Amino acid sequence: MIEKTVKIVNKAGLHTRPAATIVKLAAKYKSEFFIYRDGMNINGKSIIGVMTLAAEIGSELKLTFDGPDEQEACDEIVAYFERGFDEL
Amino acid sequence: MKSFKDIYKNSENKISGIAAAPGIVIGQVYLFTKEKLEISKAPITNIQEAISNFEEALKQSKKELTKIFGIAREKMDEVRAAIFEAQLMILDDPILLSNIEKRIKDEMIQPEYIVADEISKYQELMIISHESYMKERAHDIEDIKHRIIRNLQKKRWQSKIEKNLIVVSEALTPADTLLFSRRESLGFVTDHGGLTSHAAIISRSLNIPAVVGTHNASTIVKDGDTIIVDGFHGYIIINPTEEQLSFFKEKQKKLFEIQKGLEEFRDQPAVTLDGKEINLEANVDVTGEIDIVITSTAKGIGLYRSEQILNELGSFPDEDEQTNIYSKLASRIYPKFVTIRAFDIGGDKFRFSEYKEPNPFLGLRGIRFLLENEKLFRTQIRAVLKSSENKNIRFMIPMISTLDEVWRTQKIIQECKSELKKEKIKFDNQIKIGIMIEVPSAAIMAKEYSEEIDFISIGTNDLIQYMMAVDRGNDLVSNLYQEFSPVVIRTIDHIVKAAKHRKIPVSICGEMAADTLAIPLLVGLGLETLSMSPGTILYAKRIIQGFEFKKAKLLAEECLQSKSEVEIQKKVKKFFDDNNISRTRNII
Repeated sequence: MIEKTVKIVNKAGLHTRPAATIVKLAAKYKSEFFIYRDGMNINGKSIIGVMTLAAEIGSELKLTFDGPDEQEACDEIVAYFERGFDEL
Repeated sequence: MKSFKDIYKNSENKISGIAAAPGIVIGQVYLFTKEKLEISKAPITNIQEAISNFEEALKQSKKELTKIFGIAREKMDEVRAAIFEAQLMILDDPILLSNIEKRIKDEMIQPEYIVADEISKYQELMIISHESYMKERAHDIEDIKHRIIRNLQKKRWQSKIEKNLIVVSEALTPADTLLFSRRESLGFVTDHGGLTSHAAIISRSLNIPAVVGTHNASTIVKDGDTIIVDGFHGYIIINPTEEQLSFFKEKQKKLFEIQKGLEEFRDQPAVTLDGKEINLEANVDVTGEIDIVITSTAKGIGLYRSEQILNELGSFPDEDEQTNIYSKLASRIYPKFVTIRAFDIGGDKFRFSEYKEPNPFLGLRGIRFLLENEKLFRTQIRAVLKSSENKNIRFMIPMISTLDEVWRTQKIIQECKSELKKEKIKFDNQIKIGIMIEVPSAAIMAKEYSEEIDFISIGTNDLIQYMMAVDRGNDLVSNLYQEFSPVVIRTIDHIVKAAKHRKIPVSICGEMAADTLAIPLLVGLGLETLSMSPGTILYAKRIIQGFEFKKAKLLAEECLQSKSEVEIQKKVKKFFDDNNISRTRNII
């Protein structure tokens, strides 16, 4: 299992479009992917779950990846967070 | 024998409304309350059926959303588009769906309850968030929740409705009316709506007796009550007495004989006593109606309301689906012709966008909507052209209010024609393009429009509504919806003269043409083509054969001088008396 903390860096935060993209990225991998925030573990493959996350600029989220392709999944999704959801 | 008047005078178990579709039926009530989204927590016995209903509802929701999304994408900003996309993804959300299915199996409760409960869980999380935009997000989720539940309930009540019942409801959408007619409903009764509400129009075209605008019938009658619906006089009778039953059964018998008597007109032309022939055409709402049209002796289809496809499919048809529908229609009716009216969406007919218009009848309707959604408009134009190979299709544009709209439409049609030529697809290059005149601004400029287009069809329902500034669906003011208002008669006269001046065909396709009382006056005004529900064509023939054109012209001239609707009605009724023409509702 890989654990990684990411920071929201784009101005609009984790709004609907990046939420959808994250779920689409996660769906490509077999590994489980969870997002931890405010005491809740949200399954990253569930769009309705990810949409419940209010994450404004500056907030931190803990991501966990677990499965056969966890490294690839982690790399791609963390990179997407770091690019500020391509909104920078 | 007692008259209707006697019967109604002494009946305490009656409710009055507006006679919306003629006929008399006696039957059991099915009380239809769909509008309130009530979620049933009833237990289920068949898990397999519940799961498959759930999957079916997801599929249907996906279909609806995909179409809306596909068409609206061009017009939407990125944020809106993302919301639609997310909604679509929710319908595939593996975690959500497996939880719902698991709970259906474990708890054995109606799927709609589980869906509501599961999705609400997420909404609550969004609402308690300190971020204000999360509340909006919760609201967006509401939409998808409703869509799934609505489709689930449709599934549920579709299988519940028994055949041969009289549907009583607060209001009926066109889609409801169609659905019930498929379940062979005997009659319709609604609290709201006027003579020209779409439920009323559809009941008439399907020959199903209806009384609308009763204000409170749905709160008084109960499921399983026996009622009589009198679609001639606009009354319903609840749990009739023996005397009332035998009276109405007698009337039904008589009515049946009159209808048999009308059959003799089937093989006769619609010609006045002095030899003036009137073209009677059919209005078509529903695909299943084509058979009725073919046997109705109509000269062709004067109005095919293409937006009904949306009601039947529950979603937007793409170009191929449309081509398929229009081609079938054109070849079924061949060698007669069909006038396809472009999607008349908006107003009360179809709410398309997320934005709720405060004044839909003055909003994005008809051609305005189509020009705003050009991609959709093009799919229809291309489909119509592709189906026109046999040269028996005419294309008609609704809600024109400026000449610019005509020019823009013609330009788009021209572009579609060039595309099809390049694609080497055959079509009728001379296809006739006409407009509906139903807005006063177009009526006043009828002469100028006549120089630009191939034909005019007067849509009296909307024209009257806009001229009198009265909402036709509002029974509080529906008494102001006056077909025989002098302003309506004068406007029709103005349009007919303008069209004749340019020698282009002009017809009437509103409900007024189907009002047997209006026929002599319309003929007298010079209209040679009337388009009406196929079921009324034989009635119209009988009337037309009963008077001379010469006299009808005099009647029209007199009415053009009249100052009030009452005066005109009086003149028209006198015309019927003087010429010994009887109306069906007076015979029975």
